[in-house]
Amino acid sequence: MNDATVRITVNGQPVEVAEGCSVAAAIARLGVPFRRSVRGEPRQPLCGMGVCFECRVCIDGVAGQRACMLQARTGMQVVTDG
Amino acid sequence: MAERYDVLVVGAGPAGLAAAQAAAGQGARVAVLDAQPRAGGQVWRHDVRHAPSAAAARGIHDGLKPPIEWLAGTSVVAAQGDALLVQTPQAARWLHYGNLVLATGARELLLPFPGWTLPGVVGAGAAQALAKQGWPLAGKRVVVAGSGPLLLAAATTLRAHGAHVVAICEQAEASALRGFAAGLWRWPGKLLQAGRLRLQLAGVPYRGGTVVQRALPAADGCLLRAVGIAGPRGTERLACDMLAVGYGLIPNMELARLLGCATQAFGAHAAVQVDARQHTSLDHVYAAGEACGIGGVDCARIEGAIAGLAAAGAAVPAGLLRRRGHARAFAAALRRTFALRPQVHALASADTLVCRCEDVTLGMLDGHADFRSAKLATRCGMGACQGRICGAALAELGRFPHAGSRPPLFPARLSTLAHAEPAS
Repeated sequence: MNDATVRITVNGQPVEVAEGCSVAAAIARLGVPFRRSVRGEPRQPLCGMGVCFECRVCIDGVAGQRACMLQARTGMQVVTDG
Repeated sequence: MAERYDVLVVGAGPAGLAAAQAAAGQGARVAVLDAQPRAGGQVWRHDVRHAPSAAAARGIHDGLKPPIEWLAGTSVVAAQGDALLVQTPQAARWLHYGNLVLATGARELLLPFPGWTLPGVVGAGAAQALAKQGWPLAGKRVVVAGSGPLLLAAATTLRAHGAHVVAICEQAEASALRGFAAGLWRWPGKLLQAGRLRLQLAGVPYRGGTVVQRALPAADGCLLRAVGIAGPRGTERLACDMLAVGYGLIPNMELARLLGCATQAFGAHAAVQVDARQHTSLDHVYAAGEACGIGGVDCARIEGAIAGLAAAGAAVPAGLLRRRGHARAFAAALRRTFALRPQVHALASADTLVCRCEDVTLGMLDGHADFRSAKLATRCGMGACQGRICGAALAELGRFPHAGSRPPLFPARLSTLAHAEPAS
């Protein structure tokens, strides 16, 4: 609806998305797994609404954040599998 | 200092917003909280690329209009007396209430089948939610599957975001769908909506009696490449980049259970039991919308308004009660039409993961008589989602009934838990 964008980094790589996009949508642009399961399988979001916790990542040093529940904001540093 | 509201509404979807508006209209001091950063719930979820419908824009505006206080990104962690412990990404506090309205909505019923943990497999409503949040979909081939009218809505949103919808696979038999369509004249608004969705989905095959049996990985084993489906025409393979599969909706019951509200059966699941004024079994607690059994957006609006009025101590007009009955009758017709067939319950095999958090297979649960014993031996249901996904799946599959809920309702920071006692 508007052309404003925000820039975050995912595992050190810069990603630019439209303002209002979730952190999950930004990570999806890189096509990397969000986390590894206890058996080491790659996982990505399942429920999209904060229930399944498959999208949990480390954001600005805080682990276990649900990427689908937070809007991307410029300067955010995201690390997957965290 | 303690914060106290005459009416505290949990959930800023259609039901919660209607409750807030109705209660505030009676002069009550009202706050609405929601774990999501924006109001609207799932059905009115904000779309980063498309403007909201007029109904959504109006509902959100009216439900958050000052002096109603809007507490975004706020999750309930625990409850005690007349107060809820809530946390935001930054802080935690206790909120006191005179009356509480539970408008906690619904989530998707997500059932295990071989390959369902592959990246690229998501819920149907999930795909819609992710699309609205800006998930990249342009040019992606998506199979939409599972059951219920949500499949049509999800497919429409996915298309609007540039995806190519390969097919919609509905598990209900074509004969059941025809019978349902023939009775839609009783709900002209729904008939119109169905017709509109049909037009928007022109060219997309809608296959009744068809189930996704497995999701198949690409050569690297890490990404979805195709799905195997079974229907009236036998089995088939459809190439795709995403599978959006959901088997309908179930009420979000964690907070109601924690408070101790009486429940009633909702299929293999549970819903909050309420009286004509949306009053639960607890003195100061009301519930509205999907939490009381899946009824859809119209029903949620009506029940929200009733709960808001009742929670503010006002009389409820008879007209609202009549309209609720009509909306609930539609919901009952939907449930009959889209009842899950036995083959859906038989998709998972012994080596299919059922608990995604702890990687527990269905076969590992054999020999356990209840969820508690299974948890202790296998860690099933003990991961980050606290059994939200596998607990519902195992109840649906007839393995174990759902266990109760305990605080913290969501993983919480230690600093949140340090707010041990509500200020009085």
